Amino acid sequence: MNRRLILILVAALVVAVPLSLLAGQVWIDPIAPTTRNAALILFELRLPRAALALVIGAGLGVSGAAMQGYLRNPLADPGLFGIAPGAALGAVLSFWTGYAASVWLLPVFALVGAGGAMALLALIAGREGGVALFTMAGLMIASLAGALTSLAISLSPTPFAMSEIVTWLMGALADRSWREVGIAAPLTLAGVGVLMSAGRGLDALTLGEAAARSLGLEPGRLQARMIVGVGLAVGAAVAVAGVIGFVGLMVPHLVRPLTDRRPSSLMAPSALAGALLLLVADCLCRMLPLSGGELRLGIALSLLGAPFFLKLLLDMRRGLA
Amino acid sequence: MTATLGCVALSLADRLTDLTLSLHEGEVTAICGPNGAGKSTLLSCLGGLVAADGGLVTLGGRLMRNVPAQERAQCIGYLPQSPEIAWDVSVEVLVSLGRLPWGDAGAQAGRDAIEEAIAAMDLGALRNRRVSRLSGGERARALMARVLATRPAWLLADEPLANLDLRHAIALMRRFREQGCQGRGVVLVLHDLATAMNFADRVIVLDQGRLAADGEPAHALRSEVIEQVWRCKAGWLGERGMRALSLG
Repeated sequence: MNRRLILILVAALVVAVPLSLLAGQVWIDPIAPTTRNAALILFELRLPRAALALVIGAGLGVSGAAMQGYLRNPLADPGLFGIAPGAALGAVLSFWTGYAASVWLLPVFALVGAGGAMALLALIAGREGGVALFTMAGLMIASLAGALTSLAISLSPTPFAMSEIVTWLMGALADRSWREVGIAAPLTLAGVGVLMSAGRGLDALTLGEAAARSLGLEPGRLQARMIVGVGLAVGAAVAVAGVIGFVGLMVPHLVRPLTDRRPSSLMAPSALAGALLLLVADCLCRMLPLSGGELRLGIALSLLGAPFFLKLLLDMRRGLA
Repeated sequence: MTATLGCVALSLADRLTDLTLSLHEGEVTAICGPNGAGKSTLLSCLGGLVAADGGLVTLGGRLMRNVPAQERAQCIGYLPQSPEIAWDVSVEVLVSLGRLPWGDAGAQAGRDAIEEAIAAMDLGALRNRRVSRLSGGERARALMARVLATRPAWLLADEPLANLDLRHAIALMRRFREQGCQGRGVVLVLHDLATAMNFADRVIVLDQGRLAADGEPAHALRSEVIEQVWRCKAGWLGERGMRALSLG
């Protein structure tokens, strides 16, 4: 069942990637390209953008699947639990070092921010912490990181820096180059690898923490893997694209019914589906006619994600009734 | 090598005090006591899930804390009180989680163990059913199959009969007995004294973290012990194996 799902998703990506390269404000005719600078647009603008969408989507998808497994909660999302806001705070602080320096410091700061938020979450919720405690701690960290980010913005040295930060925070893949791909890809890959290795531990957690420990799970090690893995994947995504929410929430949720529902079975399909979702969403953002530029990806996904989240909550309420 | 599980001078905060006992494979041991007596805590300590403040837990002559987590998990199956199943997996997938300590759910040995556990709990017809669609009794059987799939030498269960009606409770107790007869060490925390009296080979009575009685059911659960520990007058009626507690 799982193998077939993975094959279908791979096939969808094989179709979607070339199509996405052709679509945009200028359409490129693949047979007889009449557009000026078609090669330039393809290889320097659209290809890195597509690559980035795939890398970030995969990282966010796996992070969401892993977090839902870890928290045993289908509503978990790296953004809702303060990790993406933590990364954003780190990134914003890097703007303070000056725009030029921040080009290289930004990813580092974002990673530290993500890891810090995750560690804080683990510290507060503790080893025995239940889901409720974890959720509240996550919300607290998210709002704290949000407030500190706003503070940093309001104190920003120049209006130019301020608008730079604000636009960047909205999350987008526009105007990204191969350099961003070079930063995000290895980090995301490492994060995905770490999270994949946590699959068995997450499967054990299906039975609750006590039973998971009786199955040989060492909670401290699993927690460390989650912090490092989610920190790397989400930190890398925020570092190059700003905050893109709800991917980690929606993707595992859509994929879960198509698998055997074990957390480990969810990882690879979530990576592929996350990549597909971000690629398609970014492509649509690019094509949408909008005066004054294009719709920013982060905004688009939040507009899509909020009703999705609401529907989930309503379904859950019906389930409880 | 794993034939005994025991503890020496075990103490844990204010919940367990100076407990020394040794359990044997092939026996069904019931741990009884009033609420807050430390039954679940003792079971967690014996399962190696909670480290004691003082004293030692031993598994077949080795110190529990020296046994690697994976080896311990292969040897001791543990069924927690009110077990949770976070995701709506099928019965077969649930049972296959029991192979995690061996990491061989896909290999032949793992498949055999899973099939054996499914057969032992009569879950063949339900193997593809999702756990949310199971009745309470079916769910209890599926969870027990998950523990059996590990093929542990020891089977520890914390109040496995909670939330089961009479028929299902008795059916599950019979299955625990079967496991004991097959040579496993079965250790159960039981609330119902009559169940302990009728099904266990040995009963350990705890009172405020201390050992109050230990021995054959008829001895460990005699009227004087019940009066002293539970503070109520009670007497046993009926024949051996079918005894009922009369409170008065």
